[in-house]
Amino acid sequence: MNMNQSVRWWGGFLLAALLWVFVYGRLEGFAEVLVSSVGLSRALPFGEALYFFIYEVPKVLLLLTAVVFVMGVVHTFVSPERTRAMLSGRKRGAGNMLAAALGIVTPFCSCSAVPLFIGFLQAGVPLGVTFSFLISAPMVNEVALALLFGMFGWKVALLYMFMGLAVAVLSGMVIGRMNMERHLEEWVQKLQGSAGPGSAVPLAMVWPGRMREGLVHVKEIVGRVWVFIVLGVGLGAGIHGYVPENFMASLMGREVWWSVPAAVLIGVPMYSNAAGIIPVVQALLGKGAALGTVMAFMMSVIALSAPEMIILRKVLRPRLIAVFAGVVASGIMLVGFVFNLVL
Amino acid sequence: MLRVKILGTGCAKCGQLADTVRAVIAADGIAAEVEKVQDMQEIISYNVLSTPALVVDGAVCCAGRVPSAEEIRSMLAPRTRGCCCKGSSGASGSSCC
Repeated sequence: MNMNQSVRWWGGFLLAALLWVFVYGRLEGFAEVLVSSVGLSRALPFGEALYFFIYEVPKVLLLLTAVVFVMGVVHTFVSPERTRAMLSGRKRGAGNMLAAALGIVTPFCSCSAVPLFIGFLQAGVPLGVTFSFLISAPMVNEVALALLFGMFGWKVALLYMFMGLAVAVLSGMVIGRMNMERHLEEWVQKLQGSAGPGSAVPLAMVWPGRMREGLVHVKEIVGRVWVFIVLGVGLGAGIHGYVPENFMASLMGREVWWSVPAAVLIGVPMYSNAAGIIPVVQALLGKGAALGTVMAFMMSVIALSAPEMIILRKVLRPRLIAVFAGVVASGIMLVGFVFNLVL
Repeated sequence: MLRVKILGTGCAKCGQLADTVRAVIAADGIAAEVEKVQDMQEIISYNVLSTPALVVDGAVCCAGRVPSAEEIRSMLAPRTRGCCCKGSSGASGSSCC
């Protein structure tokens, strides 16, 4: 990397950051002006819906871009290989917690779930600890956290993160206790503990190159989810403007005990990314749905999905897949109930 | 003759990596044989945790990302091959190893 290129990367980064801050601070005023310039008032349902849409879409997209860029850079420091080296030979408990925490920052894509799963077991990472990682990585992801932060504020985003970690740690510990190793596919059982935690993959990167990775990550993630955000916020805007206040209270309110299991049951087979589901869920919350119920629904949609189970079927026997889904779903339900009780 | 392998289960990124590698090879006129490896057990035999991964003459050069064309060029270059991916994008790789 020559000097010139370096200067261009850092200069570009600084400029982009300044522009980001400038635009982000002016979104609210801009939306106000735009809505009133077409002769609408926020007192009207359509005016309120339009304002919500014009304000939320750019806000969420800007937040997402920033968070995804930072995570892209972070990923150049934490590779799955390094995570594995840190986890191999860990005991239950502490190992589960470390695995869940590393799941947030380690790059993970569901198409590499199988090599990752096997690679972990091969290097002597216990099955339960591996599961803690495998549950936390997709559930507590940067897209979900950025959206939660943008639409609900930092308190809910943090709550989601800690609850997600708790579900991952507990589910991993339960699965570890059940000694499910014999429900791995046979060829996987044979590979267990067969290799050291070392890795052949070189991980040497220098600075401006890390920024390039951040940019690549933004193109990939934001390029894929922006449509869902626009659709989700659009639907949310409609709910905001038109669905009467307290409409959801009788369905998803705190007093309705069965709403948590129902939300999880509906959420598990649903396959949507965080980007599409969170704006809708936010709108429901404004109409009297309880936070715990909403949280449980969101977690079950994001953490458990049919395509992931199909991928995992290559290495897990059906019994273990069922246990995995059951344990995680129960954990999520527990989170929902606790939230509805406490808040 | 370079033996280049692209390990991946067929996701979009794996295709991107294959395209970039083929483009670099064609542009530089490198004598290389490119093979896409989709078999899970073979992928695992390289001790790779994330895909797509690039293997040049039996050595894993990178995993879990699609490097830039420049970076791939340095991975295919004889001097840096098989030891590291330093000097990321650009650089002549002179400081490597």
